[in-house]
Amino acid sequence: MGMAAVLAAMSFIVFMLIGLMPGDPIDIMIASNPDLTPADGERLKRLHGLDLPLWERYANWLGGVFTGDLGFSRTYNRPVMEILLPRLGNTVVLLGLSSIVAILIAIPLGVIAATRPRSRLDGAINLFCFAGISVPPFWLALVFIMVFAVTLGWLPAGGMGAPDAGPFARLEFLVLPVATLTIASLAGYTRFARAAMIEVLRQDYIRTARAKGLGPRRTVFGHGLRNAMLPLTTIIALDFGTLFSGALITETMFGYLGMGKLIYDSILGNDFNLALVGLLLATLVVLIGNFLADIAYAVLDPRISFRALEAA
Amino acid sequence: MTAAAHAIGDDGSNAVRVWRRFRRNRAAMASAILLALIALAALLAPAIEALLGVEATRVDLFNQYAPPDAEHWLGTDEAGRDVLVRLLYGGRISLLVGLVAALGAATIGTFIGLMAGYHGGRLDALLMRTTDGVIALPLLPLLIILAAVDLEKAGVPADIANSEMASLYRIVFIIALVGWTTVARLVRAGTLAVRAREFVRAAEAMGTRPAVIMVRHILPNIVSPIIVATTLSIGAVILLESVLSFLGLGIQPPIPSWGNMLTNAQELATRAPALAIWPGAIIFVTVMAFNFLGDGLQDALDPRAVRR
Repeated sequence: MGMAAVLAAMSFIVFMLIGLMPGDPIDIMIASNPDLTPADGERLKRLHGLDLPLWERYANWLGGVFTGDLGFSRTYNRPVMEILLPRLGNTVVLLGLSSIVAILIAIPLGVIAATRPRSRLDGAINLFCFAGISVPPFWLALVFIMVFAVTLGWLPAGGMGAPDAGPFARLEFLVLPVATLTIASLAGYTRFARAAMIEVLRQDYIRTARAKGLGPRRTVFGHGLRNAMLPLTTIIALDFGTLFSGALITETMFGYLGMGKLIYDSILGNDFNLALVGLLLATLVVLIGNFLADIAYAVLDPRISFRALEAA
Repeated sequence: MTAAAHAIGDDGSNAVRVWRRFRRNRAAMASAILLALIALAALLAPAIEALLGVEATRVDLFNQYAPPDAEHWLGTDEAGRDVLVRLLYGGRISLLVGLVAALGAATIGTFIGLMAGYHGGRLDALLMRTTDGVIALPLLPLLIILAAVDLEKAGVPADIANSEMASLYRIVFIIALVGWTTVARLVRAGTLAVRAREFVRAAEAMGTRPAVIMVRHILPNIVSPIIVATTLSIGAVILLESVLSFLGLGIQPPIPSWGNMLTNAQELATRAPALAIWPGAIIFVTVMAFNFLGDGLQDALDPRAVRR
């Protein structure tokens, strides 16, 4: 229910903002086609309902949504969902891979740093985290392209590979985008993993575990990490929106045909239906990500699932 | 003497203690000095320009992509302009946007956090749900739409909308509009803690107006987290400005900013890699310095907090 409310609010705000954007699609059509007279323009505007006030156009659009009509893309001349769905798949692959890689690296790094606070290794990890948070993502992509594609020639500078190529042939096109997208979130996750772990390791139950003769390894991983995962899950959930913003930059830099690039291109190309529905779909993906993180939280924390079961 | 005076004013010794703790943090001290140097160089850009005998805006198509030499220390760009001096002028814009937008966001966040924390109840629930929503959303596409809105259609007077500085005002405005969430949450948490204290209860009992209590009694006690969060957010704002300008939606040429100096960098990557390196590297270093500075301030202002 909350999701529907967020999407409705988002669609309204974005629709109103788009109404304030320069370049009416019909005006562009007339400007690019000398056979169309201003009278044709008026007729086209009436045909598409573009002469109506903005709120009425929003109502019409919303009515269309409920009958399954999400609108038509001006630049592609196809229903927006037909264009968006394959792009959505590409973005989910990119986001999913980078999230997994980031989490798999961040947790060990955080644990290593937390179990040796103020050591040289901790300092090095800390410096790496500060660098990861501070580097402009588009510039990092550029440096990767310059080093690994232009100078060394190991990896393609961008694109996606042939559409009929197998998943492994396309893998090399994913390396640099995934690496770019991973670094920023990796740094943030590592800092939180370290902070959460330090907090947990100060707790009484850790001392109890050590006192009853449990080895340091099993104490840290069995008792410590499990508890430190809870705050970390929340942080990762809150980060999905930022991750999508990162995907927009990464996809644009590497010519990766995902949703982020599509939204960016459609805003610049005045393809408003596509931009609007794309943005809503992105929001939905982020909300679903949040929701999945909530479920993960319940799985990790028996107290929460217990309460949820009782309520159900 | 008021509570406010107790909180920040009275003892110079408190400031001295903070300074002593800060000074011991080498990374933060180095960052502060570095930022001061960058800011100074940006402020002195016209003087440095004159000293070097180059002009930031002079296009010289016979001298494109010149390598560094005695006249052009970092070489020239695709229009034959001096890269170093343009970086300094770009720094003025990027630092200005960072400072002003971060302060604007902190002001909005402080107001929202005080309202939510002090009044509580439904207002608190509404404001905090909104904050959570803004944090969770994919903000960059929204910012791109905001950056593409026609200012005249939005009712901005034509002389402002068409002025050269319009892109500057606009980017400060839209970053402040979405950047207030961290401060709002911190201020709310601080307000909740402080409003239960005796001096606030006493002020309430004497019939002091809520606005006065918030500004005079609560705010001075929660400045530390606001200062830290604002410092950290300057770095984040500079990054965001660079992204938007790079995408062609932030600061508009001919005004240089570190971000828009990279707009063509992708094509330059093979032709003149140095042009793609310098602006990014200076953004990187500056943002990192602001992050270290914020981190050091946090340790110095709040030594009781767990060392992360």
